Amino acid sequence: MIRFEGVGLSYPRSAAMQAGTVPDEAGRRRSDTREILRNLNFFLPDGEFRWLLGPSGAGKTSVLRLLYLAVRPTAGRLTILGADISTLNRTALPRLRRRIGVVFQDFRLLGHLSAFDNVALPLRLAGRPEGALTVDVMELLAWVGLDGRTDARPHELSGGEQQRVAIARAVVARPALLLADEPTGNLDDGQAERLMRLLKELNRLGTTVVIATHNDALVARHPAPALRLDQGRLLSARRN
Amino acid sequence: MAQAIAPNKPSPNKPSPNKPGANKLRRRKNLRPAGFDELGLRRALDDRMLPALVAAMAFLAALGLAGFFVAASLARHWQDGAASTLTVQVPDPGLAMEPGSARGETRRDRVVAMLARTPGVVSARALSDDELNELLAPWIGAGPNNGLERLTLPLPGVVQVRLGATPPKLDELERQLAAAVPRTLVESHQVWIGRLATLARSLQACAGGVLVVVAGVAAAVVAAATRAGLVQRRQAIEIVHGLGATDGYIAGRFTRRTTRLAAIGGLLGATAALPVLLGLAQLGAPFVSGGAEAASAGFPQLPALLWFGLPALPVAAGAIGFVTAQATVRSWLRRLP
Ligand SMILES: Nc1ncnc2c1ncn2[C@@H]1O[C@H](COP(=O)(O)OP(=O)(O)O)[C@@H](O)[C@H]1O
Ligand SMILES: [Mg+2]
Repeated sequence: MIRFEGVGLSYPRSAAMQAGTVPDEAGRRRSDTREILRNLNFFLPDGEFRWLLGPSGAGKTSVLRLLYLAVRPTAGRLTILGADISTLNRTALPRLRRRIGVVFQDFRLLGHLSAFDNVALPLRLAGRPEGALTVDVMELLAWVGLDGRTDARPHELSGGEQQRVAIARAVVARPALLLADEPTGNLDDGQAERLMRLLKELNRLGTTVVIATHNDALVARHPAPALRLDQGRLLSARRN
Repeated sequence: MAQAIAPNKPSPNKPSPNKPGANKLRRRKNLRPAGFDELGLRRALDDRMLPALVAAMAFLAALGLAGFFVAASLARHWQDGAASTLTVQVPDPGLAMEPGSARGETRRDRVVAMLARTPGVVSARALSDDELNELLAPWIGAGPNNGLERLTLPLPGVVQVRLGATPPKLDELERQLAAAVPRTLVESHQVWIGRLATLARSLQACAGGVLVVVAGVAAAVVAAATRAGLVQRRQAIEIVHGLGATDGYIAGRFTRRTTRLAAIGGLLGATAALPVLLGLAQLGAPFVSGGAEAASAGFPQLPALLWFGLPALPVAAGAIGFVTAQATVRSWLRRLP
């Protein structure tokens, strides 16, 4: 369950400002930070599928960063998988992160590890015994069509293949929430369709899925409810 | 809450088509690959620089440790051994106390008797002529043609006194002795012994200071290496953090390596210091009572505690590597949400 209640997010305006060159008076202080997201309100039940739409710079990545706990809201109240993020102790976040799978725009694979080890990483971090994870990892790699490339390093793989490794890593620990940021940006239409089938299958199996994109053609082919952002505000939480 | 389940999850009633291959792989990868290094620390935490610097620190620490123990034992030696002895000189020792007395008690006998009665005195013993001869041999020579027989100087009698735990007041003792046996002198070594003991204690404190400084520098070296590793592997750390690794897990990956590298450095440094210390002990042996025989037997004597102190150096280095890296990594990680 995900709930945004008046959620806002501000980033520090620049590193120089962060270093404290700006006087600390209340009036001036407002200008050290830039408000990226403003007063977001929506509710997302478990097992839903949502597009996250909006022009470049609208704040889609920022909403996802809130959802995968890379930033905490600077205003309002945010509930993710039933936990109140605004008040949760920092030490409780890692456990929550392990229930969230993320496919990043730039994949964020570990370059010195093989495809197998990259996909196995979430299971190893969760303390899964080595003997019990091989089957899962191999099945996921087969599912994304990479069972022949388990020992390849990311730099030996094409962009599309790297992304499939990233997807396998995102879902291998059977997350309750799956997030993807512009997942089709590096794919041709055929690969993009294949990816959408994978994500929809996951959703059908019960995972809550949120996909940020500005690829209108893709959204048109796969109609689903959408969250629309513009300049950090939510335009609608209704069907596209 | 609907938990997602992995697609194509193998179920007992539906054998997975890729099971044979997976089984083969499972056998191959049954254990976590030895030295699995998801953060890429093998390259980020250099396995030569850190041990080399820590080894240099451990070498200095070994010398400091030896200095500490030697100074401590010297201070103890001077304080316990020499401080409890006293020399009393009696001029004209053979003269009778009372010229007409039949008992024939000499001045020396009287002093010895008085000392023996003094509380705090364990024993008082007059040195024989032979003993005096031996004592003076380095200055006047020994042998049939030398020595006391040829000496026309009137030698005083010497009484050696051993004091107990609560020695008598020395000036008072001297006053009493001189009143009964005029011109008797009490010679205390305490001023000199006090100075030597102070010197030894100061040397010991310096050696202790060296140990503290060396440990601090070793910690700084480990902290610098850890910070360099954090900066270099920042991206990998952020990825692993984002996948749900706890601070303790990430810090553990660093400390596993820093502890080992620092302990190896400590071992190298302590091993390198051992021959140096044995050489110094060999040189110092003639000055230590009983040391000459031990040295000529072929094995120089190190302070016994050093045999515990040297093996402790790699352990201490490892502990510094562990604690410093834990603190450094954990405080760095707090910048991440
Ligand atoms: N780390 C950051 N620090 C400061 N400003 C940021 C940061 N990340 C994004 N922004 C700003 O926030 C706004 C929204 O960015 P983003 O969430 O990436 O939008 P989108 O993903 O929809 O393109 C942009 O104006 C961007 O410049
Ligand atoms: Mg974006």
